[in-house]
Amino acid sequence: MEQQLDFLVDKVVAELQKKLGEVSEQAPSPKTETGLIQLRSEPKAEPVANATAAPTPAPVVNEQPAPSKEPERTTHVPNPKYKEGLDELLSSTPARIGVWRTGVRPLTKTMLELRRDHAAAVDAVYGEVSQAVLDQFSLFTVETQYDNTENYLKRPDMGRILTEEGVRMLQERCQKKPQVQIVVSDGLSAAAVDANLKDVLPSLMDSLKSYGLTCGTPFFIKGGRVASMDHVGEILEPEVLVLLIGERPGLVTAHSMSAYMCYRPRKGMVESERTVISNIHRQGTSPVEAGAHIGTILSKMLEQKASGVKLVL
Amino acid sequence: MNTKTTVLGQTYQFRDLKEVFAKANEDKSGDQLAGIAAADSRERVAAKQVLADLTLADIRNNPMVPAEEDEVSRVIEEGINEKIYNEIKNWSVAELREYILSHQAGDNELKRISRGLSSEMIAATAKLMSNLDLITAASKIKVVTHANTAIGQRGVLASRVQPNHPSDNVQGIKASLYEGLSYGIGDAVIGINPVIDTADSVKDILNMTKDVMTKFDIPTQNCVLAHVSTQMRAIRNGAPADLIFQSLAGSEKGNNAFGIDVALLDEADELMRKEGTSYGPNFWYFETGQGSELSAEAHHGMDQVTMEARCYGLARKYNPFIVNTVVGFIGPEYLYDSRQVIRAGLEDHYMGKMHGLPMGCDVCYTNHMKVDQNDMDNLGILLSSAGVNFVIGVAMADDVMLNYQSTSFHDIAAFREVMGLRPAPDFEKWLEKMGIMENGRLTAKAGDPTIFM
Ligand code: B12
Repeated sequence: MEQQLDFLVDKVVAELQKKLGEVSEQAPSPKTETGLIQLRSEPKAEPVANATAAPTPAPVVNEQPAPSKEPERTTHVPNPKYKEGLDELLSSTPARIGVWRTGVRPLTKTMLELRRDHAAAVDAVYGEVSQAVLDQFSLFTVETQYDNTENYLKRPDMGRILTEEGVRMLQERCQKKPQVQIVVSDGLSAAAVDANLKDVLPSLMDSLKSYGLTCGTPFFIKGGRVASMDHVGEILEPEVLVLLIGERPGLVTAHSMSAYMCYRPRKGMVESERTVISNIHRQGTSPVEAGAHIGTILSKMLEQKASGVKLVL
Repeated sequence: MNTKTTVLGQTYQFRDLKEVFAKANEDKSGDQLAGIAAADSRERVAAKQVLADLTLADIRNNPMVPAEEDEVSRVIEEGINEKIYNEIKNWSVAELREYILSHQAGDNELKRISRGLSSEMIAATAKLMSNLDLITAASKIKVVTHANTAIGQRGVLASRVQPNHPSDNVQGIKASLYEGLSYGIGDAVIGINPVIDTADSVKDILNMTKDVMTKFDIPTQNCVLAHVSTQMRAIRNGAPADLIFQSLAGSEKGNNAFGIDVALLDEADELMRKEGTSYGPNFWYFETGQGSELSAEAHHGMDQVTMEARCYGLARKYNPFIVNTVVGFIGPEYLYDSRQVIRAGLEDHYMGKMHGLPMGCDVCYTNHMKVDQNDMDNLGILLSSAGVNFVIGVAMADDVMLNYQSTSFHDIAAFREVMGLRPAPDFEKWLEKMGIMENGRLTAKAGDPTIFM
């Protein structure tokens, strides 16, 4: 059974990769590929030449767009027992290994890399999804009651409920009772949506098609939390819903996206009734593969009329 | 039961026990989010004052989540030793705090009295303790557990090596595992959080870790932290699991959100006794952390410290090998900044130890909190001084799958060196055999993962 599934997934993926090769050449190149991060709240101070006021930060000169997200794969272990082996280990994981030490503490370079990546990850929380990406898939935007990023962080409950305006928009513009409802949200990382949507969505659509499933009107939720699925479910009453949402940013990547899925989402669902695929990004589950996989899971949900811990995968 | 007091000329009348318990807490964003926190420090002190004078019987006779409605409450109730409880039921919370901190109460005395206490009573004492009180009390309690090997002895700081990978690539997991072992990390458990929650994938990782343990004769235990039902399926399919894992919440409803209940935990417990691959008698690995009940809207209007204590009440039913509070894991909505994370880490460790549990702590934070690595250094040292059983080791503290920062292999080596602590005895012998450690210090070979290739 499981083998059969894998085979199906592989087939869909292979086909998609072919197609995507063609599509991505035309697609506008998203900003995040260079690591550029837009700020949702206040824009960062422009580089200033004549910083006068006392405690202003040192002038920033943005020559290099941003720290490269690919960790440097060099090692500092001075005399490894098996030198080639070390390269093998390093190439198998993005984790910070082979870093060596001074006494029991890390080397200065390693320590500074960590601090640099922390600074970048903190920024990612305040990013905003690029309108071009949303336009590419004709996603219109509704908001939750999050209000602003600071509040979003402190009040997850508000990120679970759409504004009245949002509810009205869904009622006006979305197909009711679809078989599959696709929803996209920034969640804790807008950069994750920017980086992965263009690969996940087409692959998901193709996968749905291959299972003969139909989908409603997709849209974007700004300031969403996972449980916003329930509110959407209440309004649109889909058979199954998938929410593509940015995970909290990590240090190696701020581009990690999750797909949370639910059979007949309604108010009062508990977490264990949902199913998730996480770590969708280049170094994790590739977005194309994920799209196909999501389609498979959604079709299983429809078949078994269940999701979460009750779903047999 | 008196719920009224006067502080600095102002009189405070609290509605019920829940309100007293919530407002007596140190400041936490999670309690604010729940709308139950004290309005200011005066009200907080008033609540603490009221709490100090309540008797243990007051707490037991006014259940905040009645046992008829909640199975976690039932487990806690049923666990109370009536004989011991009857000896102390007229003590005030203040008296209990003073007894716990007194020289008269050593390791044995605290373990005995623990059996007469409910989780709520233990939480009450934590609310009346300063950070140093929490450290002082916890450091008196020694909890030794055994699966393949023993940890928890005095002078020992054990560690979980956490070699997670963003796509569960078995070679990638092995790479981080080798790195960790080469720093002397992994005596508590080799524990992997899988991205893919299927029995097959879990089995692959259990097999790989078991192979490494066998090949190098490593005295430790393996565990894959998938949902308990997935692990059970893997074990039934023949996967070698020394420990079984599950996250716990402090209410039935919270556990429901996690997809578990007491019946399922009982079933898993039974399975481990029959098919677990370690010697035992301790087979469980539990994780907890303040805020998860509120996140699932399953907190019954109660504060997160008390809810956390109730997780320990549930955990102690199963005599776990290790319990880990993942203290800063979720985000700023529950623990806003370093001050709150540090406080919560010390509270959880103390409350767990007072339940007689083998407490460890994932000293950690997410990138959306106002915390950084320096704060982790601080909490790590504080917990080492409090006698924490184990902490978490991640390559350079950066977990590339869970997207948060914990403590690094280097950090644990430093905690041991600075605090004069050692790895678990069997593991230290093994490290010596491998040439990684000598007289409790890392050798020149340490930090080279290729010694395992
Ligand atoms: C934070 C977190 C948690 C927190 C969630 C609380 C919270 N408010 O966020 C806590 C500690 C409670 C948690 C618990 C568990 N988690 Co978790 N969690 C994560 C983590 C690290 C980040 C999630 C995130 O960024 N969310 C995005 C924001 C925007 O979402 P949010 O609305 O703020 O929060 C919701 C989600 O986080 C969701 N959620 C979190 N974990 C899980 C797990 C499952 C199966 C589901 C359906 C939902 C879910 O619950 C929150 C409330 O609605 C991910 C790893 C990752 N890189 O994504 C793992 C992850 C999603 N969790 C995982 C697991 C296995 C669990 C547990 C089942 C572990 C266990 N054995 O009990 C439990 C129970 C989950 C449940 N049914 O409630 C796995 C899922 C694997 C899979 N494919 O099924 C992941 C991928 C990590 C891992 N490998 O361990 N988790």
